[in-house]
Amino acid sequence: VHRVKVRVVEDALDANNTIARANRDDFDRHGVTVLNIMSAPGAGKTTLLERLLNPSHPPIGDLRVGVLEGDVQGSLDADRLAHLHVPVTQLETGNGFGGECHLDANMVRSALPSIPLDDIDLLIIENVGNLVCPAEFHVGEDARIMVASVAEGDDKPGKYPLMFRTCELVVVNKIDLLEHTDFSMERFDGFLDAVHPGVERMRVSARTGEGVDALRAWLARLPDRAGAPA
Amino acid sequence: MHEFSIASAVVDTAVKFASGRKVNVVTVRCGRLRQVVPDSLEFAFGILSRETVCEGARLEIEDVPARLRCNECEREFEITLPVFRCRACDTANVDVVGGEELEVDTIDVVEEAQCTA
Repeated sequence: VHRVKVRVVEDALDANNTIARANRDDFDRHGVTVLNIMSAPGAGKTTLLERLLNPSHPPIGDLRVGVLEGDVQGSLDADRLAHLHVPVTQLETGNGFGGECHLDANMVRSALPSIPLDDIDLLIIENVGNLVCPAEFHVGEDARIMVASVAEGDDKPGKYPLMFRTCELVVVNKIDLLEHTDFSMERFDGFLDAVHPGVERMRVSARTGEGVDALRAWLARLPDRAGAPA
Repeated sequence: MHEFSIASAVVDTAVKFASGRKVNVVTVRCGRLRQVVPDSLEFAFGILSRETVCEGARLEIEDVPARLRCNECEREFEITLPVFRCRACDTANVDVVGGEELEVDTIDVVEEAQCTA
């Protein structure tokens, strides 16, 4: 019996990344562009989706949109989206009392058979609300959006740099609350510029609808930018 | 929180490379930008390695500092705060050259002596 040192040098998340690539291949094959929306709990991801996908508002270009809900508990978010006439797939990561703190590639893979990939062009994945874990786990997305809200305070990019570094667009939500809080957009932008210099940013209120058209336009251009087949 | 998921991935990787051999030590290189709490990772590893060849193995975590390289003045330096700009010329045209690692580096395994004669 003797001891041997085995050289491994493998990314610990290699298995996840491999499955994420397989998801991405499947999405590409169906011509579906995938967006991963991340934020803290309560930042307003679901309200933002309700506003974006509301049938009484302009569509997102000519894209047919589907939603994958990565809820921790139950189907509360999916129920809220049910009236929007877009296919919503619920991915439950828990058993009714809370579950995973993020989505990983395998969870999304398990949901693929329930997503009507042939009938949609854009799949929006609403990740589990969390400011640390989702950043680590690619799920096969083309782009990531980080939603930060005024109510959370202006220092969050400095406290959760990984999250703010791994996204292409930062959406500051709840700007209708600005006048009621000490949130300084200048301070927020300062932290964001330190953590992710030059990252694209938008300011919206999902509640009043302010700024949401710009986000709709950004989403409409996503398939071209992501280079997915038409 | 993500330490449990990462520990689970570390155990899976170690088990794969161990090919059935008993594992004594797992070394992990962990970049500071990954926001991993070493104590939590060790704790999670201890639990998740039960009933695998890694049960009872020691987890050694190598802390890798965050380093940037400036593409303009070509300086390379360590950062201790999340400010991704060149310290000297303030440009944002920098590459992260260290601190994003999260890899299983080596495992120490026990090998049964084999008679090859």
